[in-house]
Amino acid sequence: MIGAFFFPFWKIMLEAPQYPEGLEMKIWLYKITGDVEKINGLNHYIGMKLIHEDEFPEFKIMPWVLGLLIVSGIMVAIIRKRSLLWVWILFLLVAGGIAFYDFYQWLYDYGHNLDPHAAIIVPGMSYQPPMFGYKQLLNFLAGSFPDSGGYLVIVASLGIVGVAIYEQFYQKAKVIS
Amino acid sequence: MKKIRQILFGMTILSIIGGSFTSCKPKKVGSMMAGDAAQKVYIAPGQFDEFYLFTSGGFSGQMGVYGLPSGRLLKNIPVFSQDPTTGWGYTEETKPMLNTSFGFVPWEDSHHPELSKTNGEDDGRWIFINGNNTPRIARIDLTTFRTVDIIELPNAGGNHASPFCTENTEYVVGNSRFSIPLDGEDDVPITTYKENFKGAATFVKVDPKSGEMSVAFQIVVPGFNYDLAHAGKGVSHDWMFFTSYNSEQAHNLLEVNASQNDKDFVMAVNWKKAEELIAQGKGKKIPARYMHNMYDEKTHSATSTEEKEVTVIMAEEMPGLVYYMPCPKSPHGCDVSPDGRYIVASGKLAATIPVFAFEKMLKAIENKAIEGEVSGIPVLKYDQVLAGEVLQTGLGPLHTEFDDKGFAYTSFFVSSEIVKWDVEKRVVVDRAPTYYSIGHLCVPGGDSRKPSGKYVIALNKITKDRYLPTGPELTQSAQLFDISGEKMTLLLDFPTIGEPHYAQAIAADKIAKNSKKFFTIEENNNPFAAKSEAEAKVVRKGNRVDVYMIAIRSHLNPDNIEGIKLGDEVYFHVTNLEQDWDVPHGFAIKGANNSELLIMPGETATLKWVPVRTGMFPFYCTDFCSALHQEMQGYARVSPASANVALKFSGGATAE
Repeated sequence: MIGAFFFPFWKIMLEAPQYPEGLEMKIWLYKITGDVEKINGLNHYIGMKLIHEDEFPEFKIMPWVLGLLIVSGIMVAIIRKRSLLWVWILFLLVAGGIAFYDFYQWLYDYGHNLDPHAAIIVPGMSYQPPMFGYKQLLNFLAGSFPDSGGYLVIVASLGIVGVAIYEQFYQKAKVIS
Repeated sequence: MKKIRQILFGMTILSIIGGSFTSCKPKKVGSMMAGDAAQKVYIAPGQFDEFYLFTSGGFSGQMGVYGLPSGRLLKNIPVFSQDPTTGWGYTEETKPMLNTSFGFVPWEDSHHPELSKTNGEDDGRWIFINGNNTPRIARIDLTTFRTVDIIELPNAGGNHASPFCTENTEYVVGNSRFSIPLDGEDDVPITTYKENFKGAATFVKVDPKSGEMSVAFQIVVPGFNYDLAHAGKGVSHDWMFFTSYNSEQAHNLLEVNASQNDKDFVMAVNWKKAEELIAQGKGKKIPARYMHNMYDEKTHSATSTEEKEVTVIMAEEMPGLVYYMPCPKSPHGCDVSPDGRYIVASGKLAATIPVFAFEKMLKAIENKAIEGEVSGIPVLKYDQVLAGEVLQTGLGPLHTEFDDKGFAYTSFFVSSEIVKWDVEKRVVVDRAPTYYSIGHLCVPGGDSRKPSGKYVIALNKITKDRYLPTGPELTQSAQLFDISGEKMTLLLDFPTIGEPHYAQAIAADKIAKNSKKFFTIEENNNPFAAKSEAEAKVVRKGNRVDVYMIAIRSHLNPDNIEGIKLGDEVYFHVTNLEQDWDVPHGFAIKGANNSELLIMPGETATLKWVPVRTGMFPFYCTDFCSALHQEMQGYARVSPASANVALKFSGGATAE
């Protein structure tokens, strides 16, 4: 999980006929990198708000939340108490859930909250990128996937939950038998 | 151990899920590439192409000539821009061609080549091209492939809707992409756009014999941005159609402010009626200032004449002359089907293509199906003039050309593709991606009554990764598709000079047989021509020195000139005495501040040379003409102004 500080967490990819090489936006815990300027330049035609790091208070909070998760996780590991582990997992899931909900909210906001004076307005069209997977938005194919940091956290989380379940049920069964 | 196995199992599951992310990606539409593409575009050495393709030079201001299907570049015709290679716009003879009411404008932004037409078919006599920047139309003679006529348009700003011609080349048109106030009334605040800015639908008459252009009349229309045009055909022969955008009449940040109205207009102009009105004296002569430049093939010289007035008709004062048809979102292309029954306009921000029916338009006019007026011009009801919309096409439709089988081909800039659709049924039947961002497209004869059904050429703005990189500036390109079958198949990519906005192609035999081989020396009426060795001479008049020089394989005469002094203005009038095909001679002199000359057989061209220092100046032939081309040279001696060197020259076929 510590790796998530050093690798991008999520990525949004755009492909279009004129951009065969694709455009990519990488979302880190505390910043956005990639072709953000190019993407903003394109988005202005449809009246999407500019994507700018300062817009997101999350970037100030997320490193602390993940840091807290890691530190408390290590403490749980040292204390070695199963009930505490479950409390920690609950914390992890709630934090993760909130993060994904928040992410969705942002995508919705950017996709729907469009300038009514935009040059290109296609009736009924919104431009919300997918949360996960691919979606065709006008001439762009948008893809949204975890990046290396995201994978690290997801794998670690699933691993811990898996181990916890294993410990909880499989080990218990062993005792009974 | 078990634990490890289970973790491994979990990771395998994860990697399967991860792997499937990428595999579920929608596949891109690949381009259909014909298996025998190479064979279809291969023209064996010594063989001729089947079509000429004329491409606009875009910001180069010139016109490219290619062979199809090979995509081989044959010529770059100098039109609006100076060309030091040939001396176009540098020689004394051709300088007047680039004269405008703003003085000498040696460059241009040229967009649309338009072949002259007879009975609605390309006749191969002339090709016209518009100058967008300093509003001009040029006519190129297709026997010599030379620009022979350039006319400036008064009262116009950005001559973009140009130079599309009527069925018998009665007129070529122009209109303002940037509406401006009429000349002489134009020192007004920009914020008075709505009151003062006007479009000028200009009808330039083309003499049916000589081809000479003259501004017949201008119809003053509301101040929108007039983008493209096409003349009616057959049933719609009497009409000319223009697309317009910015019906919002914005004068700033048009990107946003001109994109607000749901519909802009296709403007239908009854030019026959305009002719009648003029004949009845309903036109008004107003003062104007514009240049008309003609190149004479006999004197090999151009003259620039200032025109001082123009006849205008105010559209709003003449009922029945002009109608607007509403068209979704900033229409761009304006194309008429080969039978003249349909007008296809494409809203460049839309996703559908509206097709207007000419018969319905006439009926709507008759029935007064009018939804309102804009600046005094009646607006017909959209649903009353519409034949139908082509749905689910692509994004950003721009231009449409037609084939001989009832299909239309529309370019889509944003989704970068050509969409083929059935004109009568208005359904999409095929689509092909283009690389990248297609603007215009061209079917040989595709805007005429008799299109060919062989090829469509995509004219692309962006090439990106299609060619070897050449630094920040990359080539634009054309792409050749075979349209003889049901599916469009890509055959060839080839680079173009400048941006190939529009192009027109014509069967080679309509032009090749008329191609001129050389100019007859006896008919050379250039006042400074030396038509034989005997006429070679040097004449001084004050500080003007005229060198009557001849060029013939393999010498220049005179080839030794002395007595030129600092402060003199020297004119080298070089006549190429050859009377055979493909024997041009060049002329260049050390330190020339303008250009070299390229002189065709039988032609005279003049280079003005003002020496800036004393010394010895070699001059020579720059076009490798013969085995002794390297010997084709001479010297000009320049002495101080005070020197006492007599004017002396020598040369000729006899050795000393």
